[in-house]
Amino acid sequence: MKILVCAKRVVDANVKISVKADGSGVDLANLKMAMNPFDEIAVEEAVRLREAGAADESVVVSLGTSASQETLRTALAMGIDRAVLVESERDLQPLAVAKLLAEVVKREQPDLIIMGKQAIDDDNNQTGQMLAALLGWGQGTFASRVVPASGEVEVTREIDGGLETLALALPAVVTADLRLNEPRYVKLPNIMKAKKKPLEVIAADELGVDIEPRLEVLKVEEPPKRSGGVKVADVAELVDKLRNEARVL
Amino acid sequence: MGVLVIAEHDGGSLGPVTRNTVTAGTRLGEVTVLVAGEGCRGAADEAAALRGVARVLLCDDAVCGQSLAEPLAALLAGIGREYSHLLAPATTFGKNLMPRVAALLDVAQISEVIEVVDADTFKRPIYAGNAIATVRSADSTKVMTVRGTAFEPAAAGDAAAPVDGVPPVAAKPVSRFVSRDLTQSDRPDLAAARVVISGGRGLGSKENFAIIEALADKLGGAVGASRAAVDARFVPNDYQVGQTGKIVAPELYIAVGISGAIQHLAGMKESKVIVAINKDEDAPIFEVADYGLVADLFEAVPALTASLE
Ligand SMILES: Cc1cc2nc3c(=O)[nH]c(=O)nc-3n(C[C@H](O)[C@H](O)[C@H](O)COP(=O)(O)OP(=O)(O)OC[C@H]3O[C@@H](n4cnc5c(N)ncnc54)[C@H](O)[C@@H]3O)c2cc1C
Ligand SMILES: Nc1ncnc2c1ncn2[C@@H]1O[C@H](COP(=O)(O)O)[C@@H](O)[C@H]1O
Repeated sequence: MKILVCAKRVVDANVKISVKADGSGVDLANLKMAMNPFDEIAVEEAVRLREAGAADESVVVSLGTSASQETLRTALAMGIDRAVLVESERDLQPLAVAKLLAEVVKREQPDLIIMGKQAIDDDNNQTGQMLAALLGWGQGTFASRVVPASGEVEVTREIDGGLETLALALPAVVTADLRLNEPRYVKLPNIMKAKKKPLEVIAADELGVDIEPRLEVLKVEEPPKRSGGVKVADVAELVDKLRNEARVL
Repeated sequence: MGVLVIAEHDGGSLGPVTRNTVTAGTRLGEVTVLVAGEGCRGAADEAAALRGVARVLLCDDAVCGQSLAEPLAALLAGIGREYSHLLAPATTFGKNLMPRVAALLDVAQISEVIEVVDADTFKRPIYAGNAIATVRSADSTKVMTVRGTAFEPAAAGDAAAPVDGVPPVAAKPVSRFVSRDLTQSDRPDLAAARVVISGGRGLGSKENFAIIEALADKLGGAVGASRAAVDARFVPNDYQVGQTGKIVAPELYIAVGISGAIQHLAGMKESKVIVAINKDEDAPIFEVADYGLVADLFEAVPALTASLE
């Protein structure tokens, strides 16, 4: 089985972003960047399936500027075999990413695609579902358990009411949720080894798909601020405030 | 052209956020609700009775059973172009389905809409709610998910709208339902509760969560949790509140033993009144709390419950 996994370069989850004064977007200058946390989980799952012998090849794809090579090297250091960068300077929205990925899928012919459920920058939670649609494949989103069996993959999904298990015919698309696994820390020797692993660069234009943004961002603004309230001395004061001031009890 | 709202339901009744999605729909045009599933006449009748609903489409067929995304998306790809907007709740149901529909229609999908500016323009949170983007769509059909907390639930109307049948679309069966393991609870639904009590890592164990549950029961509230508490298996996954869990905006949110990471705040900072109980006076949760109590939760929470007798 061959696994394709996706990794997006995003602002590190621990960084608090700020909005540009002119309202044109989020100020990304000099911010710490990292692999999207859900993609780390996706990469970890692919590596584990490979280590367990359930897969015999793993490929990681990132779409973005050449800076995304760093993200790909991280995935290689975690244990992925080879990397593909679809290079573009443009704003790639989920539909465009899905279309580009569908072209990569034609070339790579994977049996299973593992992605993150959500990129934590734009919080879209769309690309995996869109890719599955374009390919006509089954989708197992928000996965907390992934078990490939002959010709199928069983996926347990985190849904609003609890858990749900589906069986998908292979090839299929799976998107990772937080509880799928705990990604490993990369060790220094593996970072060195990753430098020698193959990393192919494809220009997005070469793939011949329409990547025009469909949504125009008119404005980005700060959310209304919540002003911090007061500290209460004890439970009695808390109950009094909730009853008589906030009137919620 | 009208607006099509895709209902989330369990057959007999509508999921709570569906009513809020109907309200968002009424800002955009005449609302038709699609109820697709197997044995879902009850949900269709409930939708027909909502104020602002002009018509209900019922696709009651085994093909649509279990709300699998693949057959539902195939159905919507067929009828979707007849509408200017396709809306679903931003729940795991809607998030699973709508991007697939959008891709089949070759249009963008707009996630977690919190405000309708005009027929083409919408506001949505990005970066865990630390920024709000206003986006304009150039697509002929707008496909979106709606954040329930940003719109009031539609109330029952005076007259029932007509319910018309639509045939399912047979899609290549690529997915199969195996099982569902739903968390059983007599408490109100987290996403719709008037009061939510959430516990974090500070609770220390599954057993200790009983003090959170006792307080919730006293207040008739729902129980939520931080990611850390879910990861540690103190509570099931569907209790998680936050950027990548559930978004709640109750009248009263009590955060207990939760530090207040941005990912958690993203899921609860629209609550009307926020209370934080934490032993660390510098915990960031206090920056958004209307009432902060610096205390050991193992003393404060039982005392709070007791004082509500
Ligand atoms: C991609 C990604 C997505 C995420 N999504 C979410 C999400 O949706 N929701 C979410 O919640 N988190 C999410 N997180 C995790 C988030 O960053 C935090 O790690 C998490 O919210 C911390 O949970 P916590 O506050 O319970 O734990 P901690 O940060 O460990 O805080 C525990 C708190 O309990 C207090 N405490 C301990 N003992 C006591 C006591 N006896 N009495 C009183 N107070 C006590 C401590 O002072 C501390 O403030 C996400 C992270 C990532 C990277
Ligand atoms: N530019 C990108 N490069 C690589 N993977 C991506 C990219 N954009 C989205 N993805 C994948 O799609 C998932 C969902 O992203 P989104 O739909 O943007 O929230 C991410 O977790 C990634 O796995």
